[in-house]
Amino acid sequence: MFDLRRWGARTGGSKDAAKDRLRLVLMYDRKALSPELLNRIKDEMVGVISKYMEIDEEGVQVDLDQNQDQAMLVANVPVRQVRRGAGGVSR
Amino acid sequence: MPGRVVVITSGKGGVGKTTTTANLGAGLALEGYRVCLIDADIGLRNLDVVMGLENRIVYDLVDVVEGRARLRQALIHDKRVENLYLLPAAQTREKDAVNPEQMKELTAALAEEFDFVLVDSPAGIEHGFRNAVAGADEALVVTTPEVAAVRDADRIIGMLEARDLRNPRLIINRIRTDMVRRGDMMDIDDIIEILAIELLGVIPDDEAVIVATNRGEPVVLQSRGRCAEAYRNLVDRFLGKDVPIVALDGHSKLLERLRSWMALGRRPVSG
Repeated sequence: MFDLRRWGARTGGSKDAAKDRLRLVLMYDRKALSPELLNRIKDEMVGVISKYMEIDEEGVQVDLDQNQDQAMLVANVPVRQVRRGAGGVSR
Repeated sequence: MPGRVVVITSGKGGVGKTTTTANLGAGLALEGYRVCLIDADIGLRNLDVVMGLENRIVYDLVDVVEGRARLRQALIHDKRVENLYLLPAAQTREKDAVNPEQMKELTAALAEEFDFVLVDSPAGIEHGFRNAVAGADEALVVTTPEVAAVRDADRIIGMLEARDLRNPRLIINRIRTDMVRRGDMMDIDDIIEILAIELLGVIPDDEAVIVATNRGEPVVLQSRGRCAEAYRNLVDRFLGKDVPIVALDGHSKLLERLRSWMALGRRPVSG
Protein backbone atom coordinates (compact mmCIF):
# COMPACT_ATOMS: atom_id res chain seq x y z
CA MET A 1 0.00 0.00 0.00
CA PHE A 2 1.11 3.52 -0.62
CA ASP A 3 2.62 4.74 2.59
CA LEU A 4 1.94 8.44 3.10
CA ARG A 5 4.80 8.76 5.52
CA ARG A 6 7.26 7.83 2.83
CA TRP A 7 6.10 10.73 0.76
CA GLY A 8 8.50 13.57 1.28
CA ALA A 9 10.47 11.65 3.89
CA ARG A 10 12.76 9.28 2.11
CA THR A 11 15.03 7.05 4.10
CA GLY A 12 18.30 5.46 3.14
CA GLY A 13 20.05 8.77 2.49
CA SER A 14 23.50 9.60 3.77
CA LYS A 15 22.17 10.38 7.23
CA ASP A 16 22.04 6.68 8.05
CA ALA A 17 25.73 6.43 7.32
CA ALA A 18 26.31 9.45 9.58
CA LYS A 19 24.35 7.86 12.41
CA ASP A 20 26.03 4.49 12.13
CA ARG A 21 29.49 5.98 12.04
CA LEU A 22 28.71 8.25 14.96
CA ARG A 23 27.41 5.40 17.08
CA LEU A 24 30.62 3.47 16.60
CA VAL A 25 32.97 6.36 17.09
CA LEU A 26 31.14 7.44 20.23
CA MET A 27 31.29 3.98 21.68
CA TYR A 28 35.02 4.23 21.35
CA ASP A 29 35.23 7.83 22.57
CA ARG A 30 33.06 7.21 25.59
CA LYS A 31 35.11 4.20 26.52
CA ALA A 32 38.22 6.35 26.29
CA LEU A 33 36.57 8.72 28.71
CA SER A 34 36.02 6.20 31.47
CA PRO A 35 38.77 3.73 32.17
CA GLU A 36 37.04 3.20 35.53
CA LEU A 37 34.20 1.47 33.75
CA LEU A 38 36.53 -0.93 31.96
CA ASN A 39 38.26 -1.63 35.26
CA ARG A 40 34.96 -2.41 36.89
CA ILE A 41 34.07 -4.82 34.09
CA LYS A 42 37.50 -6.38 34.44
CA ASP A 43 37.14 -6.87 38.20
CA GLU A 44 33.75 -8.49 37.85
CA MET A 45 34.96 -10.76 35.08
CA VAL A 46 37.92 -11.83 37.21
CA GLY A 47 35.47 -12.67 39.97
CA VAL A 48 33.31 -14.85 37.73
CA ILE A 49 36.13 -16.64 35.93
CA SER A 50 38.04 -17.27 39.17
CA LYS A 51 35.20 -19.50 40.32
CA TYR A 52 36.13 -21.95 37.61
CA MET A 53 39.82 -21.47 36.92
CA GLU A 54 42.89 -20.05 38.48
CA ILE A 55 43.88 -16.99 36.49
CA ASP A 56 46.69 -14.51 36.50
CA GLU A 57 44.78 -11.47 37.69
CA GLU A 58 47.63 -9.08 36.94
CA GLY A 59 47.71 -10.20 33.34
CA VAL A 60 44.01 -9.67 32.59
CA GLN A 61 43.34 -7.11 29.87
CA VAL A 62 39.95 -5.78 28.88
CA ASP A 63 39.61 -3.41 25.98
CA LEU A 64 37.08 -2.11 23.53
CA ASP A 65 38.22 -2.75 19.99
CA GLN A 66 36.78 -1.42 16.82
CA ASN A 67 36.72 -2.88 13.37
CA GLN A 68 34.87 -1.77 10.25
CA ASP A 69 31.34 -2.03 11.50
CA GLN A 70 31.40 -3.31 15.02
CA ALA A 71 32.76 -2.50 18.41
CA MET A 72 34.11 -5.50 20.28
CA LEU A 73 34.91 -6.07 23.91
CA VAL A 74 38.13 -8.05 23.94
CA ALA A 75 39.35 -9.75 27.08
CA ASN A 76 42.67 -11.51 27.48
CA VAL A 77 42.69 -13.77 30.52
CA PRO A 78 45.83 -15.80 31.21
CA VAL A 79 44.77 -19.11 32.77
CA ARG A 80 47.09 -20.86 35.25
CA GLN A 81 45.01 -23.86 36.08
CA VAL A 82 41.47 -25.11 35.74
CA ARG A 83 39.93 -25.88 39.12
CA ARG A 84 39.06 -29.43 39.94
CA GLY A 85 35.40 -30.09 39.40
CA ALA A 86 34.88 -26.93 37.37
CA GLY A 87 33.44 -28.97 34.54
CA GLY A 88 30.66 -30.38 36.75
CA VAL A 89 27.10 -29.53 35.81
CA SER A 90 25.93 -28.96 39.36
CA ARG A 91 27.49 -28.64 42.76
CA MET B 1 19.55 36.29 44.68
CA PRO B 2 22.52 36.11 42.30
CA GLY B 3 21.88 35.55 38.59
CA ARG B 4 22.52 32.39 36.60
CA VAL B 5 25.91 31.88 35.02
CA VAL B 6 25.49 29.93 31.79
CA VAL B 7 28.35 28.70 29.63
CA ILE B 8 27.74 28.21 25.90
CA THR B 9 30.11 25.60 24.55
CA SER B 10 30.54 23.04 21.77
CA GLY B 11 33.97 21.51 21.51
CA LYS B 12 34.15 21.95 17.77
CA GLY B 13 34.73 25.41 16.37
CA GLY B 14 32.50 27.10 13.83
CA VAL B 15 29.18 25.60 14.90
CA GLY B 16 27.73 28.90 16.09
CA LYS B 17 28.57 29.33 19.78
CA THR B 18 29.18 33.05 19.46
CA THR B 19 26.08 33.68 17.34
CA THR B 20 24.02 31.65 19.80
CA THR B 21 25.43 33.58 22.76
CA ALA B 22 24.69 36.92 21.07
CA ASN B 23 21.13 35.99 20.16
CA LEU B 24 20.23 34.27 23.41
CA GLY B 25 21.65 37.25 25.31
CA ALA B 26 19.88 39.86 23.19
CA GLY B 27 16.66 37.82 23.35
CA LEU B 28 16.79 37.61 27.15
CA ALA B 29 17.46 41.34 27.36
CA LEU B 30 14.45 41.98 25.09
CA GLU B 31 12.38 40.09 27.64
CA GLY B 32 13.48 42.60 30.25
CA TYR B 33 16.25 40.67 31.99
CA ARG B 34 19.60 42.15 32.88
CA VAL B 35 22.13 40.27 30.77
CA CYS B 36 25.92 40.31 30.60
CA LEU B 37 27.78 38.46 27.85
CA ILE B 38 31.38 37.42 28.45
CA ASP B 39 33.69 36.58 25.58
CA ALA B 40 35.98 33.95 27.11
CA ASP B 41 37.94 33.38 23.91
CA ILE B 42 41.06 35.27 24.89
CA GLY B 43 43.30 35.98 21.92
CA LEU B 44 40.53 35.33 19.39
CA ARG B 45 37.73 37.63 20.38
CA ASN B 46 34.65 37.53 18.20
CA LEU B 47 31.57 38.25 20.24
CA ASP B 48 32.25 42.00 19.91
CA VAL B 49 32.04 41.92 16.10
CA VAL B 50 29.03 39.62 16.05
CA MET B 51 27.31 42.12 18.36
CA GLY B 52 28.60 45.09 16.36
CA LEU B 53 30.29 46.58 19.44
CA GLU B 54 33.90 46.28 18.30
CA ASN B 55 34.47 50.02 18.05
CA ARG B 56 33.51 50.69 21.62
CA ILE B 57 36.04 48.54 23.44
CA VAL B 58 38.29 50.37 25.86
CA TYR B 59 39.10 47.76 28.45
CA ASP B 60 38.77 43.99 28.34
CA LEU B 61 38.45 40.94 30.55
CA VAL B 62 42.17 40.65 31.18
CA ASP B 63 42.37 44.34 32.15
CA VAL B 64 39.73 43.66 34.79
CA VAL B 65 41.38 40.49 36.08
CA GLU B 66 44.76 42.21 36.30
CA GLY B 67 43.32 45.26 38.03
CA ARG B 68 43.92 47.86 35.31
CA ALA B 69 40.20 48.54 35.02
CA ARG B 70 37.17 48.18 37.21
CA LEU B 71 34.49 45.78 36.03
CA ARG B 72 32.07 48.65 35.42
CA GLN B 73 34.56 50.41 33.16
CA ALA B 74 35.09 47.38 30.96
CA LEU B 75 31.42 46.59 30.38
CA ILE B 76 30.06 47.83 27.05
CA HIS B 77 26.40 48.72 26.99
CA ASP B 78 24.53 47.60 23.88
CA LYS B 79 22.41 50.67 23.17
CA ARG B 80 19.87 48.79 21.06
CA VAL B 81 18.56 46.85 24.02
CA GLU B 82 18.18 48.00 27.57
CA ASN B 83 20.20 46.01 30.09
CA LEU B 84 22.45 44.19 27.64
CA TYR B 85 26.18 44.39 28.32
CA LEU B 86 29.34 42.81 26.90
CA LEU B 87 32.62 42.08 28.61
CA PRO B 88 35.02 41.63 25.68
CA ALA B 89 37.97 39.25 25.59
CA ALA B 90 41.52 40.54 25.26
CA GLN B 91 42.74 40.25 21.70
CA THR B 92 46.50 40.55 22.17
CA ARG B 93 46.94 38.17 25.06
CA GLU B 94 47.38 34.43 25.42
CA LYS B 95 44.71 32.12 26.76
CA ASP B 96 46.62 31.55 29.98
CA ALA B 97 46.42 35.25 30.91
CA VAL B 98 43.44 34.23 33.05
CA ASN B 99 42.96 31.20 35.29
CA PRO B 100 39.78 29.36 36.30
CA GLU B 101 39.88 30.81 39.84
CA GLN B 102 39.86 34.36 38.45
CA MET B 103 37.01 33.50 36.09
CA LYS B 104 35.03 32.16 39.01
CA GLU B 105 35.47 35.43 40.89
CA LEU B 106 34.59 37.45 37.82
CA THR B 107 31.38 35.58 37.01
CA ALA B 108 30.35 35.61 40.66
CA ALA B 109 30.77 39.40 40.77
CA LEU B 110 28.72 39.79 37.58
CA ALA B 111 26.02 37.45 38.83
CA GLU B 112 25.44 39.93 41.66
CA GLU B 113 24.51 42.61 39.12
CA PHE B 114 22.85 40.62 36.34
CA ASP B 115 20.04 38.08 35.98
CA PHE B 116 22.01 36.14 33.39
CA VAL B 117 25.72 35.95 32.75
CA LEU B 118 26.37 34.14 29.46
CA VAL B 119 29.90 32.91 28.89
CA ASP B 120 30.91 32.30 25.26
CA SER B 121 33.44 29.48 25.46
CA PRO B 122 36.30 29.11 23.01
CA ALA B 123 36.45 25.92 20.91
CA GLY B 124 38.56 23.08 22.24
CA ILE B 125 38.89 21.34 25.57
CA GLU B 126 41.99 23.04 26.94
CA HIS B 127 42.71 26.04 29.09
CA GLY B 128 40.13 28.32 27.50
CA PHE B 129 37.37 25.76 28.01
CA ARG B 130 38.34 25.24 31.63
CA ASN B 131 38.21 29.01 32.15
CA ALA B 132 34.83 29.32 30.49
CA VAL B 133 33.16 26.61 32.57
CA ALA B 134 34.87 27.54 35.86
CA GLY B 135 32.13 29.77 37.23
CA ALA B 136 29.16 28.30 35.38
CA ASP B 137 25.99 27.06 37.07
CA GLU B 138 24.71 25.43 33.91
CA ALA B 139 25.81 24.68 30.37
CA LEU B 140 24.38 24.82 26.88
CA VAL B 141 25.97 22.74 24.16
CA VAL B 142 25.76 23.92 20.55
CA THR B 143 26.08 21.46 17.70
CA THR B 144 25.27 21.19 14.00
CA PRO B 145 23.83 18.06 12.35
CA GLU B 146 27.25 16.81 11.28
CA VAL B 147 29.26 13.82 12.44
CA ALA B 148 32.26 15.82 13.64
CA ALA B 149 30.19 18.39 15.53
CA VAL B 150 28.02 15.77 17.25
CA ARG B 151 31.06 13.74 18.19
CA ASP B 152 32.72 16.76 19.79
CA ALA B 153 29.48 17.66 21.52
CA ASP B 154 29.43 14.20 23.08
CA ARG B 155 32.94 14.65 24.38
CA ILE B 156 32.11 18.08 25.78
CA ILE B 157 29.00 16.71 27.50
CA GLY B 158 31.20 14.12 29.20
CA MET B 159 33.64 16.80 30.31
CA LEU B 160 30.87 19.06 31.59
CA GLU B 161 29.40 16.24 33.63
CA ALA B 162 32.83 15.43 35.02
CA ARG B 163 32.91 19.06 36.19
CA ASP B 164 29.55 18.69 37.88
CA LEU B 165 27.70 20.65 35.22
CA ARG B 166 24.97 18.05 35.09
CA ASN B 167 22.20 18.01 32.53
CA PRO B 168 23.59 20.35 29.90
CA ARG B 169 21.02 21.24 27.27
CA LEU B 170 21.46 21.04 23.53
CA ILE B 171 20.99 23.60 20.78
CA ILE B 172 21.02 22.21 17.24
CA ASN B 173 22.18 24.88 14.87
CA ARG B 174 21.98 25.20 11.09
CA ILE B 175 19.52 22.43 10.41
CA ARG B 176 18.32 22.21 6.82
CA THR B 177 14.79 20.97 6.47
CA ASP B 178 15.21 20.10 2.80
CA MET B 179 18.19 17.86 3.51
CA VAL B 180 16.52 16.24 6.50
CA ARG B 181 13.54 15.46 4.31
CA ARG B 182 15.78 13.86 1.69
CA GLY B 183 17.38 11.73 4.37
CA ASP B 184 20.71 13.45 3.85
CA MET B 185 20.93 15.19 7.20
CA MET B 186 20.52 13.87 10.71
CA ASP B 187 17.20 14.82 12.22
CA ILE B 188 16.57 16.30 15.67
CA ASP B 189 15.48 12.87 16.91
CA ASP B 190 18.63 11.21 15.57
CA ILE B 191 20.90 13.65 17.37
CA ILE B 192 18.96 13.55 20.62
CA GLU B 193 18.93 9.76 20.53
CA ILE B 194 22.70 9.67 20.12
CA LEU B 195 23.60 12.34 22.66
CA ALA B 196 20.81 11.52 25.10
CA ILE B 197 20.42 15.03 26.49
CA GLU B 198 17.61 17.53 26.70
CA LEU B 199 16.93 19.65 23.63
CA LEU B 200 16.64 23.39 24.24
CA GLY B 201 16.17 24.58 20.70
CA VAL B 202 16.71 24.23 16.99
CA ILE B 203 17.90 27.00 14.68
CA PRO B 204 17.44 26.63 10.93
CA ASP B 205 20.25 27.27 8.50
CA ASP B 206 19.44 30.68 7.13
CA GLU B 207 21.18 33.40 5.17
CA ALA B 208 19.58 35.95 7.46
CA VAL B 209 22.09 35.04 10.18
CA ILE B 210 25.04 35.80 7.90
CA VAL B 211 23.48 39.05 6.76
CA ALA B 212 22.78 40.07 10.35
CA THR B 213 26.31 39.17 11.38
CA ASN B 214 27.71 41.24 8.50
CA ARG B 215 25.86 44.20 9.94
CA GLY B 216 26.71 43.39 13.54
CA GLU B 217 23.12 42.95 14.66
CA PRO B 218 21.88 39.84 16.43
CA VAL B 219 19.16 38.40 14.20
CA VAL B 220 16.83 38.00 17.17
CA LEU B 221 16.37 41.79 17.17
CA GLN B 222 14.56 41.56 13.83
CA SER B 223 10.83 41.64 14.07
CA ARG B 224 10.27 38.83 11.61
CA GLY B 225 12.04 35.92 9.95
CA ARG B 226 12.22 32.26 10.82
CA CYS B 227 15.63 32.59 12.49
CA ALA B 228 14.53 35.48 14.68
CA GLU B 229 11.49 33.43 15.58
CA ALA B 230 13.58 30.33 16.29
CA TYR B 231 15.83 32.31 18.61
CA ARG B 232 12.85 33.84 20.41
CA ASN B 233 11.48 30.34 20.92
CA LEU B 234 14.86 29.30 22.26
CA VAL B 235 14.78 32.20 24.70
CA ASP B 236 11.29 31.27 25.85
CA ARG B 237 12.26 27.65 26.41
CA PHE B 238 15.36 28.78 28.26
CA LEU B 239 13.09 30.80 30.54
CA GLY B 240 11.10 27.66 31.25
CA LYS B 241 8.12 28.33 28.99
CA ASP B 242 6.60 25.35 27.28
CA VAL B 243 7.14 26.18 23.61
CA PRO B 244 6.90 23.31 21.13
CA ILE B 245 9.60 22.81 18.52
CA VAL B 246 7.65 24.18 15.58
CA ALA B 247 8.03 23.69 11.90
CA LEU B 248 9.55 26.64 10.13
CA ASP B 249 10.68 26.27 6.61
CA GLY B 250 11.86 28.12 3.55
CA HIS B 251 8.72 26.88 1.84
CA SER B 252 5.35 28.32 2.54
CA LYS B 253 4.00 27.45 5.95
CA LEU B 254 0.88 26.01 4.39
CA LEU B 255 2.92 23.50 2.45
CA GLU B 256 4.90 22.70 5.55
CA ARG B 257 1.78 22.18 7.59
CA LEU B 258 0.36 19.95 4.90
CA ARG B 259 3.57 17.95 4.83
CA SER B 260 3.77 17.50 8.58
CA TRP B 261 0.12 16.59 8.62
CA MET B 262 0.77 13.90 6.03
CA ALA B 263 3.86 12.75 7.85
CA LEU B 264 2.01 12.19 11.10
CA GLY B 265 4.22 10.82 13.80
CA ARG B 266 7.34 12.41 12.41
CA ARG B 267 8.47 15.37 14.40
CA PRO B 268 8.71 18.46 12.18
CA VAL B 269 12.13 20.05 12.06
CA SER B 270 13.49 23.36 13.23
CA GLY B 271 12.08 26.12 15.28
